[in-house]
Amino acid sequence: MKTVFKLGLCLAVAACGGGDDDGLADAPAVIENYATIVRASYEETTAKAGDLKAAIDAFLANPDALKLSAAQDAWLAAREPYGLTEGYRFYDGPIDNPIDGPEGRMNAWPLDEAYIDYVENDADAGIINHPETFPELTKDIIAEQNEKGAEENISTGYHAIEFLLWGQDFDDAGPGARPFTDYLTVGGTSQHQDRRAQYLSIVTDLLVEDLASVEVQWAPGEANYGTDFQAVDSREALRRILQGMGSLSGSELSGERMGTALDNRDQEDEHSCFSDNTHRDLRANALSMQNIYLGKFGAIDGPGLDEIVAARDPELDAKMQAQLQETVDLIEAIPAPFDQAIMDDADGRVKIKAAIDSLKAQTETTVEIATLLGITINLE
Amino acid sequence: MKRALIGMVLLTACGDDSEGGYEPGEELSGGETTVFDEGANAFSLAARNLVGDRRDKFFVGNSFFKRAWVTAPSSTSGVDGLGPTYNATSCAACHFKDGRGAPPQEPDEEFLGLLVRLSVPGEAADGGPVGDPVYGGQFNHKSILTVAAEGKSAVTYVEVPGTFGDGTAYSLRKPTYDFTDLAFGPFADGIMFSPRTGQAMIGLGLLEALDEATLVALADEDDADGDGISGRVNRVFDVRSQTVKLGRFGWKANQPSLEQQVSGAFNGDIGVTSELFPTQNCPPAQAACVASADGGAPEIAADKIDEVTYYSQLLAVPARRNFQDPTVLRGKAMFLEAGCASCHTPKLTTGSFPELPEISSQTIFPFTDLLLHDMGPELADNRPDFLATGTEWRTAPLWGIGLVEVVNRHTNFMHDGRARDLSEAILWHGGEGEAAREAYRLMPESDRAAMLVFLESL
Repeated sequence: MKTVFKLGLCLAVAACGGGDDDGLADAPAVIENYATIVRASYEETTAKAGDLKAAIDAFLANPDALKLSAAQDAWLAAREPYGLTEGYRFYDGPIDNPIDGPEGRMNAWPLDEAYIDYVENDADAGIINHPETFPELTKDIIAEQNEKGAEENISTGYHAIEFLLWGQDFDDAGPGARPFTDYLTVGGTSQHQDRRAQYLSIVTDLLVEDLASVEVQWAPGEANYGTDFQAVDSREALRRILQGMGSLSGSELSGERMGTALDNRDQEDEHSCFSDNTHRDLRANALSMQNIYLGKFGAIDGPGLDEIVAARDPELDAKMQAQLQETVDLIEAIPAPFDQAIMDDADGRVKIKAAIDSLKAQTETTVEIATLLGITINLE
Repeated sequence: MKRALIGMVLLTACGDDSEGGYEPGEELSGGETTVFDEGANAFSLAARNLVGDRRDKFFVGNSFFKRAWVTAPSSTSGVDGLGPTYNATSCAACHFKDGRGAPPQEPDEEFLGLLVRLSVPGEAADGGPVGDPVYGGQFNHKSILTVAAEGKSAVTYVEVPGTFGDGTAYSLRKPTYDFTDLAFGPFADGIMFSPRTGQAMIGLGLLEALDEATLVALADEDDADGDGISGRVNRVFDVRSQTVKLGRFGWKANQPSLEQQVSGAFNGDIGVTSELFPTQNCPPAQAACVASADGGAPEIAADKIDEVTYYSQLLAVPARRNFQDPTVLRGKAMFLEAGCASCHTPKLTTGSFPELPEISSQTIFPFTDLLLHDMGPELADNRPDFLATGTEWRTAPLWGIGLVEVVNRHTNFMHDGRARDLSEAILWHGGEGEAAREAYRLMPESDRAAMLVFLESL
């Protein structure tokens, strides 16, 4: 009863526009730890993208099937930590602020395949096969095609690299099967192998650069976004954290990536459609929210939102923890590949629907947590 | 004569039962659909009274609204079929965060959020404008890789000085449009251009749910009441029913329904064919465009159009802010006294809309009558559009207008974004809006400021 009264008071203070951190003395440690895990996950993401670049360099230096497969493995490994960063989106932070956030260049989907390279029924498609239009392939020229986000053709980022490593996917059971010979300048398949190699190399460099540009914004002790983030009013910092979790759960994942795919029943309506890796993307996204809530990443396990919530409403904390785990479990239960699951009425679709429902419930709980802390988050 | 008109307007306003005081509930611009958000996502939220599973379709529609279309053929067959010529690859590119587009902010910037309609004299079989024989009804400055874009467009401005009644100077910028690198030679003789920015997406379903009788009752084609305002309805071709219907959407009220508005934009702006507009946007002279691969027939499936339409119908209007602030209320009184409300109708009630109880029978505050008004020669595009003449424009809704800056980071208003702030927007009003504009121009500075603060509270 006493708790309820205190909460009422908290809300009243917030409503009156009080800018201080009344009743949130435990928040700064959580906010600091959040900045630490964000930094650590971008570090790992950039490092894995660097490994990917090394594997691609090795492949392009002397293309063969083994090195192509190694590059593909490096891409899959690079996707894992990236998926864990997606809960850091949706509050106009370094990754996706509308002025210069690189998210659109790195992870935009769907990819404009025919703007990049040949596709089924059009062997001459793409910048790669049009040297007369794009005589030179440079980082600037390719970056420019994506510079303004939504109105430009999407031709860079993880999925561009994925397309250039796997090719289009026509296999019900497996991913795309681009032959390594697409990169052989002597006796190779398709045309303009040298330009394809150049394009792949450039877009991988761009990815590494863009990730590094986000990482530096979270470097400790520097004049950057991460430092500002820890200096703003605690309620505002917590609002951003919850806005990120709630948006990933409520609109991006359950709506955009899963709900829409379920609605469309289209085999390739999945984000990593060339490599058939969408099930791993989804799992990483679910873990991203769990990590944020618990204040964990890899070996780091610091104070998280769970501590703040448990101190005020242990039942709500228990509910949230259970839901986050249930979402991970239900997403893991979706049979891979995702592109087949979305067409399988008996099993796949039922399981996707269950995971979506869990994400929706989790979103509602995220809103409850915000309310508990006197914070308003607005989800699409 | 002019003075007499202002007197009339004053009388009308005074005769009204609301004289600028606070009216309970007026902050709920969209009735029960109203949402409470003053931030960058203020225009992106679903109607507050849309709950449970009824939100699912909204999300799918939102997804297609944001999704970029790609060149056909592509693995993502549901969204291939971009172009061959186009203005943008997604709806959200021009309606950024479901908000309002703007002209280029820099002289060499490409058009985005601003497009140019083209036509030649005459009337098409459906009663609408006749497109340029070679460039069609809309200038497409972008294209897929293997097809030529139609050319480049640019806008330049000339400053036109003016003075408020108190002697304070102001300046308006008058645009001129230039088209260069025209891929298929010059435009036809008598070519007419109509530049138009993308409109905010909020509250569109509520406007669709207004009964035709409500709008017809607001019309006063021959100015029978002698107030100098002669609003009239546009009558346009409805593709679905193949009949003529009341026009509601677009800068000249040239679209009868959101389904047709959405389908028309997919076709004209993104180059995507649909059930209503099955023909690729390629005039015969553009051979490479005609010969390009398409993304299916139609390129966007009917259920997707339905979902994007649903999304458009249920995007909520944000609540007003500071609605009881004394300055806001004073500005409201000025707004009414100046006669702005003669066209920017503050309050209406929606009718019964089949299948969407959320937007039915709502008391709303859109500040529009959806009617066409002569806005004078300075603002004219001189391009008729169904019944709309070259000087007529539809009264723009004002709800949410105070949040455009937060959502879209600009304050460019009027059909082509020429006004750089709300004051300039008022000062551009001519024709039937002239008396209200003059009332504003001649107000003391503090009254003008109050009126702007009122508009910012919308």
